Amino acid sequence: MLVSYKWLQEFIDLEGVSAEELAEKITKSGIEVEGVDKLNEGLSGVVVGHVLECDKHPNAEKLNKTLVDLGNGETVQIICGAANVGKGQKVAVATVGAVLPGNFKIKKAKLRGEESHGMICSLQELGIEGKLAPKEFAEGIYNFTPDTEIGQDALAVLNRDDEILELGLTPNRADAMSMLGVAYEVGAILGKEIKLPNPQPETSAEQASDYISVNVEAKEDNPLYVAKVIKNVKVGPSPVWLQTRLMAAGIRPHNNIVDITNYILLEYGQPLHAFDYDKFGSKEILVRRANDGEVIETLDDVKRTLTPDHLVITNGTEPVALAGVMGGANSEVGNDTTTVLLESAYFTGGAIRKASKDHGLRSEASSRYEKGVDPERVRPAAERAAELMIELAGGEILGGVVEADSLDVKPAVVSTTIQKINKVLGTELEMNQVEEIFARLKFETTVDNDTITVTVPTRRGDITIEEDLVEEVGRLFGYDNLPTTLPVGPSTPGHLSDYQEKRRIVRRFMEGAGLYQAVTYSLTSAEKATQYALEQREPVQLAMPMSEDRSLLRLSIVPQLLEVLKYNIARQNDSVAVYETGAVFLKNGEDELPEEREHLAAAITGLWESHPWQGEKKPVDFFVLKGIVEGLSAKLGLDSQLGFQKAELDGLHPGRTAEILLNGTVIGFIGQVHPTMQKALDLKETYVFELSLKALLEAETAPLQYTAIPRFPSITRDIALVVEKDTAAGNLKRVITEAGGTLLKEVQVFDLYEGEKMEPGKKSIAFSLKYFDPEKTLTDEDIAKAHNKVLKALEEQAGAVLRG
Amino acid sequence: MQDRLKELQAEALEKVAAAADLKELNDVRVSYLGKKGPITEVLKGMGKLSAEERPKMGALANEVRDAISGQIEIKQKELEEAAVQKQLAAEQIDVTLPGRPVKTGSHHPLTSIIEEIEDLFIGMGYTVEEGPEVEKDYYNFEALNLPKGHPARDMQDSFYITEETLMRTHTSPVQARTMEKHQGKGPVKIICPGKVYRRDNDDATHSHQFMQIEGLVVDENVRMSDLKGTLEVFAKKMFGEDREIRLRPSFFPFTEPSVEMDISCKICGGSGCSVCKGTGWIEILGAGMVHPNVLEMAGYDSKKYTGFAFGMGPERIAMLKYGVDDIRHFYTNDVRFLKQFSIEE
Ligand SMILES: [Zn+2]
Repeated sequence: MLVSYKWLQEFIDLEGVSAEELAEKITKSGIEVEGVDKLNEGLSGVVVGHVLECDKHPNAEKLNKTLVDLGNGETVQIICGAANVGKGQKVAVATVGAVLPGNFKIKKAKLRGEESHGMICSLQELGIEGKLAPKEFAEGIYNFTPDTEIGQDALAVLNRDDEILELGLTPNRADAMSMLGVAYEVGAILGKEIKLPNPQPETSAEQASDYISVNVEAKEDNPLYVAKVIKNVKVGPSPVWLQTRLMAAGIRPHNNIVDITNYILLEYGQPLHAFDYDKFGSKEILVRRANDGEVIETLDDVKRTLTPDHLVITNGTEPVALAGVMGGANSEVGNDTTTVLLESAYFTGGAIRKASKDHGLRSEASSRYEKGVDPERVRPAAERAAELMIELAGGEILGGVVEADSLDVKPAVVSTTIQKINKVLGTELEMNQVEEIFARLKFETTVDNDTITVTVPTRRGDITIEEDLVEEVGRLFGYDNLPTTLPVGPSTPGHLSDYQEKRRIVRRFMEGAGLYQAVTYSLTSAEKATQYALEQREPVQLAMPMSEDRSLLRLSIVPQLLEVLKYNIARQNDSVAVYETGAVFLKNGEDELPEEREHLAAAITGLWESHPWQGEKKPVDFFVLKGIVEGLSAKLGLDSQLGFQKAELDGLHPGRTAEILLNGTVIGFIGQVHPTMQKALDLKETYVFELSLKALLEAETAPLQYTAIPRFPSITRDIALVVEKDTAAGNLKRVITEAGGTLLKEVQVFDLYEGEKMEPGKKSIAFSLKYFDPEKTLTDEDIAKAHNKVLKALEEQAGAVLRG
Repeated sequence: MQDRLKELQAEALEKVAAAADLKELNDVRVSYLGKKGPITEVLKGMGKLSAEERPKMGALANEVRDAISGQIEIKQKELEEAAVQKQLAAEQIDVTLPGRPVKTGSHHPLTSIIEEIEDLFIGMGYTVEEGPEVEKDYYNFEALNLPKGHPARDMQDSFYITEETLMRTHTSPVQARTMEKHQGKGPVKIICPGKVYRRDNDDATHSHQFMQIEGLVVDENVRMSDLKGTLEVFAKKMFGEDREIRLRPSFFPFTEPSVEMDISCKICGGSGCSVCKGTGWIEILGAGMVHPNVLEMAGYDSKKYTGFAFGMGPERIAMLKYGVDDIRHFYTNDVRFLKQFSIEE
């Protein structure tokens, strides 16, 4: 809502309160003022001039040479490019020295050899948007009415010496979608009385009921419909004060009749519609739901097909307006209109919202109906409009009342207590302070001991319950004046859950290991949704996605991280290591929520470590990433529960991929991105893993327990084994561990040789075995016994022989 | 004999002085002071001396030995020192060369903001609650006083999956779920961070996916002044002790009264600038007293219980705090962007 500071002063005395100050006060007590627009900011030196002569420029086809009387005794020659300039017009002249928007300074100039002392202005040149300028002046200069006095400040005539407050209205404050509503609000804030219009137009002896009748079929959608007939009107442009008020509020002037309906919409918040009575086509207004497939051509010349969801005004047979949204082209008021049929109606929000949404039509009228208008303003608004029509377009109002009224709206009566108010706000208000606040709001109250009962006017449909009253008190008392306290209830221990605590440990570990945390989108494309999924299910799909790329919920994080890598590589960030923790979504039944499982994923590419001047460059490889997973499981006390087994998975290098197991159950994968995929994404060698963080963090771990530091020396035996090339080190280690018995405390791979010195198909792998006994120093025999068992098991179970 | 000793001393001292390294010095020691050395030889002739002269000569011989070994010792120290110096000279490095980089990653800036807020509220007795990102219409809207057809549903156009399920548009459903779990009993003191989704085209200021963090306190005597005090603690911790806060009336269907909180603009100190659009204030969050319908729907007696709730956007906070100018940076994960947040504040 755009509120003119000047117009507002018709309803309330703003002496001593500047527009800026008013904006600040309104913002602090209820409605955010998003800006204050000074209409004449950066504008000066524009006067009303009279075009005395207008001829073609001798040297330029498209220019005119005019002689303009500036009203101050000065008559100047001005070259004007506008096609619509003409002799006898009253125009806005930017005189030499004037400043126009954009700091455009007017200077004396010579145009094609002719002097020009100023510029004749269009409304756009004076800072009015083209789409708001009256159609006849939208393409050229503006003309004042012939009776406009010359020499005066044109900006004042155009009401540019005004300031506009832009109200950012929340849906509950529909009451402030009118000047009267804003006046009530400002009155409450400033504690001042307000002056309301009091229309009492005279009517003729002729009865409107002889011209029209109203019949409402859809009573629920339209509980009140008031019709008026105004005869013998003369349609023409509105006076400049009316046009400028509309333009300042963002509405384009059309003609006096239409402008008046819009003016009343702004003043009362009550949408009105004017039909050309002679084009209406009958003497009966019938309001009903549209028939399926019925068509109406609206004022914007668009043919619209309707359904029974939409409410229409008809002449008994065919629709003449899409109720509350837009009128029909067939009954539009034009210059030849002489009799006006004026509609002022109360439509409920539902049907209007539906029609407005279905037809993509958001009008000043529909937005007000959607949020709710004040039923008590339907009749006064019609009276006020009729009165203005007589005043500005001549004619006479026919007598009598024509309306259909099934309205059942009573003001809400809400009670609260002083204790409740103080309990909710944390204040120590007295009842008389509360009474005073409601008096400022012009709400009637009665007080009975500690209880106050408030009769809420229908214009404030947002107030229905006790808490709403508390809010009115709070906001007008001023939140600045509230005490500052902290909750005093029983103390509660604040903490993270075990899961949340561990998740933070995981993040810290990953970051300490050198990975950056990424946050990517959950919504993805059909292709990526299922790629690298740990568990293949049909992905969850949005009913109405905004794009193909964001239409389904991800089943895995890796594709998103690969996208991150690709984005970085394309920007010369060649070495990238990122991880993410986040949900993947596993579909359940229809209308059931999907299972959201938190995953941990990582992707690395480029150099892992580099120290250029020492000549060190270590590219990423499988074991870099595996080391991170192992380190993480050790950090969580799960290293003995975690395992890896060779696997072949879609999108991963078949020779460099493993499944990650937790106590034998697959919880993730790790591997090199398949070279084909790497190529498609423009990636160099890239390694990824993804695992179920949920599984990892919910695994049982043994409580941390101290074990004695050995007092006796340990003994190490190194063995180099020759085995088949495809023998897994992990398998050998298992054999050793199982055979080594209790004395064997540690087994580590310390060498791997697959070079040419080996027999074809063989490799050498060396282990270091550490034996110790916490109770005594081991003898050679003790060790030999255990060690021989190991060697025997290796030979029998893995075909491994000691390398000679 | 005496002369011979003096002669030997002079000769030995000369050689000590001339020794170029520890080995040469050691040779001198062995050749003069050893058992087969010349001094021992000389002393073998002591038998020929008179009883009177013998002790004198013995003393002289010791003097000569002491003199030589003393010098050797001094020389040895010198040579050792020289050797150390030589080694040190050979071991010079250029200390201005860069060190070996330690591999580090870092938190995403949104995580930093969220954890900072979590920790602040944990310190005030809150727990951290999370909930599903795909929600039931009931928890996302209805339980929050937004029945079907409510005009305020327009305010947050949403991604529906089916009629009854959608991508949550705020983290408030976690509040509804948590209250329901408490079965009408207090106190509830929670903070709920998480991802939320709205039908917005991604641009510099909009993102179809973003973070939200909300707080909720429900108990028998929760007042709006408690909300004000809590938000003040929050604002000063997050944005600096010298920030002022202001509560402005607003509207949310799930709170009544509803407010928005502004903080005084750090850039201009309140006089107005482009960041605060000339107002001197910057909008940070929405809050209010929990609407009685919300309490009742979750099983609380709204005559007995009151509560406050607040919600804010970590992206907005990060953008204000760090001066990030485009919300998309948070989701493209350019490492040049992420790296900037590895500093612990
Ligand atoms: Zn500022």
